[in-house]
Amino acid sequence: MCGIVGLFLKDKSLEPKLGEMLSQMLEVMTDRGPDSAGFAVYGASEPGRVKLTLRAPEGYDFAALKETLGGDAQLTERETHAVLSVPEASVDGVKAKIAAIAPEVTVVGAGASMELYKEVGLPRDVAGRFKLAQMSGSHGIGHTRMATESAVTTNGAHPFSTGDDQCLVHNGSLSNHRGVRRELERQGVTVKTDNDSEVAAGYLTWRMREGRSLGEALEDSLDDLDGFYTFVVGTETGFGVLRDPIACKPAVMAETDEYVAFGSEYRALAGLPGIENARVWEPEPAKVYFWDRAAA
Amino acid sequence: MNAGTQTHAVDLARSSVRELNATLHALKEGSNASLWRVANPGGLHAIAAGLDAPVTVEVDGPVGYYCGGMNKQATILIRGSAGVGVAENMMSGLVQVEGDASQAAGATAHGGALIIGGNAAARCGISMKGIDIVVKGSVGHMSAFMAQAGTLTVFGDAGEALGDSIYEARLYVRGSVTSLGADCIEKEMRDEHKAQLFERFKLAGVDGEIDPSEFKRYGSARQLYHFHVDNASAY
Repeated sequence: MCGIVGLFLKDKSLEPKLGEMLSQMLEVMTDRGPDSAGFAVYGASEPGRVKLTLRAPEGYDFAALKETLGGDAQLTERETHAVLSVPEASVDGVKAKIAAIAPEVTVVGAGASMELYKEVGLPRDVAGRFKLAQMSGSHGIGHTRMATESAVTTNGAHPFSTGDDQCLVHNGSLSNHRGVRRELERQGVTVKTDNDSEVAAGYLTWRMREGRSLGEALEDSLDDLDGFYTFVVGTETGFGVLRDPIACKPAVMAETDEYVAFGSEYRALAGLPGIENARVWEPEPAKVYFWDRAAA
Repeated sequence: MNAGTQTHAVDLARSSVRELNATLHALKEGSNASLWRVANPGGLHAIAAGLDAPVTVEVDGPVGYYCGGMNKQATILIRGSAGVGVAENMMSGLVQVEGDASQAAGATAHGGALIIGGNAAARCGISMKGIDIVVKGSVGHMSAFMAQAGTLTVFGDAGEALGDSIYEARLYVRGSVTSLGADCIEKEMRDEHKAQLFERFKLAGVDGEIDPSEFKRYGSARQLYHFHVDNASAY
């Protein structure tokens, strides 16, 4: 069992409150996943720059790393994570240098606007450590984990990101992830952990790299991914939801003029503003739901 | 309400579901008819589960899992939507949902009535054993799976594999059925069935508004009841 949440704002004036709303949703889902928690927030972006989310062991000196890296880099530290903003042209060089000089640092996400945080611990503590409630952004997704398929480690926590500004949270378990993993290797998509959910993220990254939209990539996964799943995924401008054809894992959605929200249970949505007048429904099995700011 | 009815208000923003249920469980048979108004349910689980007294509980908003589960005698009105397993294993009484219900509504229930104002998701009435379920909207896939007794009446459509491996139970559907499950077949709608359907309309307060002849009846072909040696290779 796991809990997943997602929030996509339509009303820009709510953006400063995104983190506060998401953090409250995440905390309510503690009963479904007390082992670890994580979230991705699509915040402010600067033209020509990329945000790298770095993760390192407790107490790591990110400032020193920044000094060593040199160049035009801006650093925002948050406990075991830090966001390093670098010019787009230097991204590959910076990543290679980090891998060479700081093996204890992992680049967990990259993109124009996405920042990604996850840790072992109660959702309230994880959200608190990274100050989620103070973050602003246009959309975000979150996950509370009760591990079934791999160990309780930060690496096993969600979200997973396998492409720029792409991330996924998953409730369920995939039965053909070994086979899909081999196909992804052939296609040159890197899947770093043994986790089945990361394979799903990698699969969507591959489909979108092949030119499919988020909605189309989700359609494809109905044919290629086997097992139980409710996915909530984010891209730089989009937000999507898909449940397996058996609808094994729970899902509730709510939509108002201000936002689209997803929760494993209604409880996660109960604290949202205007929820009493929202359209609330259970997403249908094997039906792709997605919203895209760019297409709007 | 009768003059003797006592009204009690409970705010779940201030007290727990456990306290509410403990209070409701303490009501004995023959206790004064009472009305309980429950505010701020917020999707919490197991609200008014396990009641065994002729009381009325009005829940003002959406509920989580298993609301009205194992109900005996009580009338439970939900002014919102309901999560998984509303009225599951109900024995008697009435559970009414104004909005939609999630999966497994009325699962395994032996008796009583469940009225759903909106849609019910997958597996509505799974393994039902005597309950009467009326859904004013549509039901999802695998509804009435292994149904044993009772009625499932659907004003809208039914999803895939309706009545799969059904024993008995009567299924009435007005709209389309995506597919029938194993051993579930369409059956003739005789006068006795129209009369039964009319009784269900009364239960849902829509008698006189809908024509029973718009419905089709589905039930068991009774081919899977017993082990059949010709099927041995299929097991």
